[in-house]
Amino acid sequence: MLKLIQIKSFFIEIGELTYFGKRFFKELFNKPLELKELLRQCYNIGNKSLLLVGVTGFIIGLVITLQTRPTLEEFGAESWMPSMVSISIVREIGPVIIALTCAGRIASGIGAELGSMRVTEQIDAMEVSGTNPFKYLVVTRILAATLMLPILVILGDAIALYGSYIIENIKGEVSFQLYFNKVFNALEFGDIIPATIKTYFFGFAIGLVGCFKGYYCDKGTVGVGLAANSAVVFSSMLLFIIDFIAVFVTDIFFEI
Amino acid sequence: MNLNQNILEKTEKVASKKLMLEIKDLKKSFGNNYVLNGFNLELYEGENLVIMGKSGSGKSVMIKCLVGLMEPDSGSIKVMGKDITILNRMDLDELRTEIGFLFQGSALYDSMTVKENLEFPLRRHKHKFGHITDTTQLVIEALQSVGLADTIDLMPAELSGGMQRRVALARTLILKPRIILYDEPTSGLDPITAKEIIELMRHIQGQYKTSSLIITHDVDCARVVSERMILLIDGVNYAEGTFAELKASKDEKIKAFFK
Ligand SMILES: Nc1ncnc2c1ncn2[C@@H]1O[C@H](COP(=O)(O)OP(=O)(O)OP(=O)(O)O)[C@@H](O)[C@H]1O
Ligand SMILES: [Mg+2]
Repeated sequence: MLKLIQIKSFFIEIGELTYFGKRFFKELFNKPLELKELLRQCYNIGNKSLLLVGVTGFIIGLVITLQTRPTLEEFGAESWMPSMVSISIVREIGPVIIALTCAGRIASGIGAELGSMRVTEQIDAMEVSGTNPFKYLVVTRILAATLMLPILVILGDAIALYGSYIIENIKGEVSFQLYFNKVFNALEFGDIIPATIKTYFFGFAIGLVGCFKGYYCDKGTVGVGLAANSAVVFSSMLLFIIDFIAVFVTDIFFEI
Repeated sequence: MNLNQNILEKTEKVASKKLMLEIKDLKKSFGNNYVLNGFNLELYEGENLVIMGKSGSGKSVMIKCLVGLMEPDSGSIKVMGKDITILNRMDLDELRTEIGFLFQGSALYDSMTVKENLEFPLRRHKHKFGHITDTTQLVIEALQSVGLADTIDLMPAELSGGMQRRVALARTLILKPRIILYDEPTSGLDPITAKEIIELMRHIQGQYKTSSLIITHDVDCARVVSERMILLIDGVNYAEGTFAELKASKDEKIKAFFK
């Protein structure tokens, strides 16, 4: 019985989120564009997540290489390492893991910030003073997350590949040039472009859920915590759903 | 009987003045929680009207309906003759420049400095002052009228609760509104700071010639600032009159407020 109610409220939530997303597109090109605030949010998001993405990316690169190397060695296929690692990182592991860490960082940050603004009536104060809070707070944040996530993912991918190169260099004495030659020979546009397009959707989902949870936050400090928390949970779940759809669609068009 | 007579005379006396706010038969409910059940209110030019009511009686809901932050279920709300429930966004924003709103918890933007906080309302409504390019002068002026000109570069978190309330008041003053709505201006403050805020409200009333609607459950505040009072009980205006009249009332529900 409880399960049924949970499922129902999940779908209600999806419905409300869709409506929220619709409002985003409706207000996206409305004047004023709030470019200054958009840039500030882009800077905030990028700056906040940079270190996290760097460290995560680096460790992914190291770990994947260390874990897969013994298996490939068994088949005498170590020379395939660069291409294998690069494809798996660029196509799937990089985007998903970096988006997940960003969901933890960005979605919770936005959720808590907007939530506390809602609770302390700052959003109401904005509305009264003639600034559309949806445009000023929500549209800029969603747009900033959408624009910044691809950049963060590309950066994370590059650092991950560098981490992988370090292990290869130590264990297999592969030179920098050789390693990255192999990487770029292995990668095709069919790997890079769908993976990059996917990250725009990831960014959009993170911004959308964070804003949605914060904007409709319940009163009280409990509400703010809950908004931040459920923003992370909900956006992470949404990331996997989007990832599945993206892989499915890519499979049809690019015939992996 | 005597009370009613008095109110009648009073209404006749003020009727010649301009009507700034008019609420008629306002109803608002949240699910099964019927908060307002036909509330009426009139605020005349230059008047200080105090609304008193218990916590949770719907005072904030009423004042939010008044500026269009909440949509009433039924009833009409007129601000300076214009029905705000049917205005479009642009006209509503324009009308809102005439209304200052002091929020219950100050509601300063905590990611901005005091100066940026005060400049925020000017982003959209600069044209009200002709073609000013430098808004700093306006900010300083508003801060001076609340006696906090030296806090201009601080963040809200660096101010005490009383100072935050005063900065918030400066922010509502910056557009030179003709009506100011105070939502519990003294709540959460110690008695001495509360007195300062009350003094400030009177001072501003004199300086800016505003009409004020003051929501409070602070009897001291009501006694000092009110010219007329409305008691909001059970979602309707249960009683109306001057502070002295209401205080002398024999009704149990009214007496409870003045204990
Ligand atoms: N957004 C909302 N959704 C649901 N119920 C609400 C909402 N806002 C207010 N209420 C309900 O309306 C009632 C009146 O709330 P309101 O905030 O107006 O009280 P108040 O008179 O301002 O009290 P206080 O003096 O404590 O500020 C409360 O019972 C509250 O639960
Ligand atoms: Mg209130």
